[in-house]
Amino acid sequence: MTEAQARSDEAPFDAVVLYTFTGVAALLSLLATAFTKDPSFRFAGWTMLVAFLAGFLALSVGMASGRLRSDPTRYADGVIRAGVIATMFWAVAGLTAGVLAAAQLSWPGIFYFPDAPWLNFGRLRPLHTSAVIFAFGGNALICTSFYVVQRTCKARLAGGVAPWFVFWGYQLFIVLAATGYLAGITQSKEYAEPEWYVDLWLTIVWVAYLLVFLGTIWKRKEPHIYVANWFYLAFIVTIAILHLVNNAALPVGLLEAKSYSLYAGVQDALIQWWYGHNAVAFFLTVPFLAMMYYFVPKRAERPVYSYRLSIVHFWSLIFIYIWAGPHHLHYTALPQWAQTLGMTFSIMLWMPSWGGMINGFMTLSGAWDKVRTDPVIRMMVVAMAFYGMATFEGPLMSIRAVNALSHYTDWTVGHVHSGALGWNGFITFACVYCLVPWLWKKERMWSSALIEWHFWIATTGILLYISSMWVSGVMEGLMWREYTPQGYLANAFVETVAAKHIPNIIRTLGGLMFLSGALIMSYNVWRTIRMPGDVKAELPAAAPAPLPAAAE
Amino acid sequence: MSDRERDDHSGTETTGHQWDGIKELDTPLPRWWLWMFYGCIAWSVVYWVLMPAWPGITGYTHGMLGKSDRAAVSGELASLEALRGHGLVKLKSASLEQIEADPQLQAYALQVGQSVFGDNCATCHGSGGAGGKGYPNLRDDVWLWGGSLEDIRHTIQVGVRSGHAKARGETVMPAFGRERMLNTGQISDLTEYVVALSHRKADGAAVARARQTFADQCAACHGPAGTGDVARGIPNLTDAEWLYGSSREAITDQIMNGRNGVMPTWEARFSPETIKALAVYVHANAGGDVGPAAAAPVAAAPSPAPAGR
Repeated sequence: MTEAQARSDEAPFDAVVLYTFTGVAALLSLLATAFTKDPSFRFAGWTMLVAFLAGFLALSVGMASGRLRSDPTRYADGVIRAGVIATMFWAVAGLTAGVLAAAQLSWPGIFYFPDAPWLNFGRLRPLHTSAVIFAFGGNALICTSFYVVQRTCKARLAGGVAPWFVFWGYQLFIVLAATGYLAGITQSKEYAEPEWYVDLWLTIVWVAYLLVFLGTIWKRKEPHIYVANWFYLAFIVTIAILHLVNNAALPVGLLEAKSYSLYAGVQDALIQWWYGHNAVAFFLTVPFLAMMYYFVPKRAERPVYSYRLSIVHFWSLIFIYIWAGPHHLHYTALPQWAQTLGMTFSIMLWMPSWGGMINGFMTLSGAWDKVRTDPVIRMMVVAMAFYGMATFEGPLMSIRAVNALSHYTDWTVGHVHSGALGWNGFITFACVYCLVPWLWKKERMWSSALIEWHFWIATTGILLYISSMWVSGVMEGLMWREYTPQGYLANAFVETVAAKHIPNIIRTLGGLMFLSGALIMSYNVWRTIRMPGDVKAELPAAAPAPLPAAAE
Repeated sequence: MSDRERDDHSGTETTGHQWDGIKELDTPLPRWWLWMFYGCIAWSVVYWVLMPAWPGITGYTHGMLGKSDRAAVSGELASLEALRGHGLVKLKSASLEQIEADPQLQAYALQVGQSVFGDNCATCHGSGGAGGKGYPNLRDDVWLWGGSLEDIRHTIQVGVRSGHAKARGETVMPAFGRERMLNTGQISDLTEYVVALSHRKADGAAVARARQTFADQCAACHGPAGTGDVARGIPNLTDAEWLYGSSREAITDQIMNGRNGVMPTWEARFSPETIKALAVYVHANAGGDVGPAAAAPVAAAPSPAPAGR
């Protein structure tokens, strides 16, 4: 009794470690901010200093009040609740940036701000892509993986406060990256724009994430590891490798923001697109399949269609995907044999990708009536349909002859968005619709009608988006390659831009509709959280309350 | 396993495991899926055999079809050259005037010129050639460097302030204000004087005060009457065309800061025949000939002298 009490008076070891870490990190940020001569680096230094001081303060208060102790008999859900809210917050932020960027392409005369360089297309575009992929998608993946791994392992998250470090550390990464883009700090690698110090910070956070995930699997009380966890683990490990290899760079100085890549020329391009393509694979495909593998059978209350298919398509998917990157460099300085391999591996990837779709669709067999009655199931079905379509279109576009027409055009943009809006967006929204009542102990979402509205507005938006981009992309590609009988290009570049005006406007409208859906959903989520429910069943969260109402 | 059970709906057995209530069926791989997967692999293997594919230590497998992007590009470029050469040969031997006089040859030159203009010149001069602030309008009858076919061809060849060896008598307008050569009062008076030169209403007293300043500072280049000099690309101040704007603010700004526009030389990028075609296109795009410019290179002539803006 006395011994137990004495032990509980001490702060938990993990909290002390994190406390020390944030303290040292705050001190280092202060020194870096004070001594650097580079204004960009000083700006990032200030951001880090504020973040680490806030973390240090929160930990001090938390340890003093004894709230950082974790109860091994309960799931750690506080960090997941925070993750759900962050997911919705970044969804709205990232989609808004996208709609603004689309408006700039539609009406360059109106949405061009010469006095506000941070709002111009060149900076807004990476802000949009990173915000939707890494902020919205990343938060969705972290919080669903924390939810799924606990439930399917029957174990609390490992590492005590470490999951909270992963959550807040990841938000700091997003803020450093996003403010950096707006300030013009970039290493100019698509989807890997953040500079070296942000990359290093993400590495620390990612290693912590890996350890939390592995630790939870380690202490599982189930004899086998569920398929969703294979996919999550493949995502965490491979993203770490991709991130480290592609971002290998030498900073100009230890107190300077600028760095230079270790690679040059076509080698640099190949490594960049090995990374870029596998960001699509291991960030936007593999872990979202993990979400599908948990939430679809759970929501439909049906068994997963085929265990064998899940094994075969998992291993074939991760083995083949990693070789497909060179298809981003068709008809460039990349040797033709490398292009051949990139293309053929993309073709071979078709069926492994579809294995996930088949397993998702066929899991619904016996529950198809729910497509009519449950808009969340319907959202999952549409997500899987877009997944199937995008993973057919991808191999098609990787064929060199097709790529000769589609490359650099809006067709690529449409392809990416059918995957991103249709698959990633919809499967995430469906999972959040499942998670919010489960996490906040409510019977259901506040309004089913609003889910219907969200579904139909967003689905129409996606269709407008991708069909306008198909039209504009194919037209653009045909205009670029058209020659006059005398052997000269028939269309000046600016004429192809002008020809895309109407499709661009339709695309902006489609994006706006998708954003409207996310806003409707945020409102619905907020109302659900505030609904009176069986709150008594939930003990106070093990850590500070999530962002107050940041969702709307 | 003991807890394997049969799913009522599909009649398939489960694997016997359960995670948070989720079970898995022991369904075999769908046949059509498996055969399509094999098909894709077989197709890829065939492609590898036919095309350049696998790297080795010292090279790569070239494939049975002997295809090569490098050879394909060279072939395409050669056939394009041949296609273009057919027409360009005729342009080479013909003079600019002959090209314009021969409808067939002119149509060919316009085709080439339009394509080249769209991808190279439109960036500054606008897709229709109407120009913009700082970029001359190529659709009117006013030419800084002369509007005859030969003048246009020469300007495209050597550019403006590009450092080309064959550059004509290029001058630089000083920044009278920024360099403190004139004070603000003098510049304000000069602005009125320039406004008066272009036949607009101006403050008479200021014009009188500026007369001597204009004679001292401006007349050396712009001429005593302000009519400019096409030979040296000096703008005519008496017409209604302005490169940097006609308002008093714009004129003051130009006297203060003296911007000097630059156009690159295109000699290195285009063949002489292409430059000829471009000159024919620009000339036609502006509505045809502006004869006197070529005839009167030194514009001491009265007001209708076609120069400046």
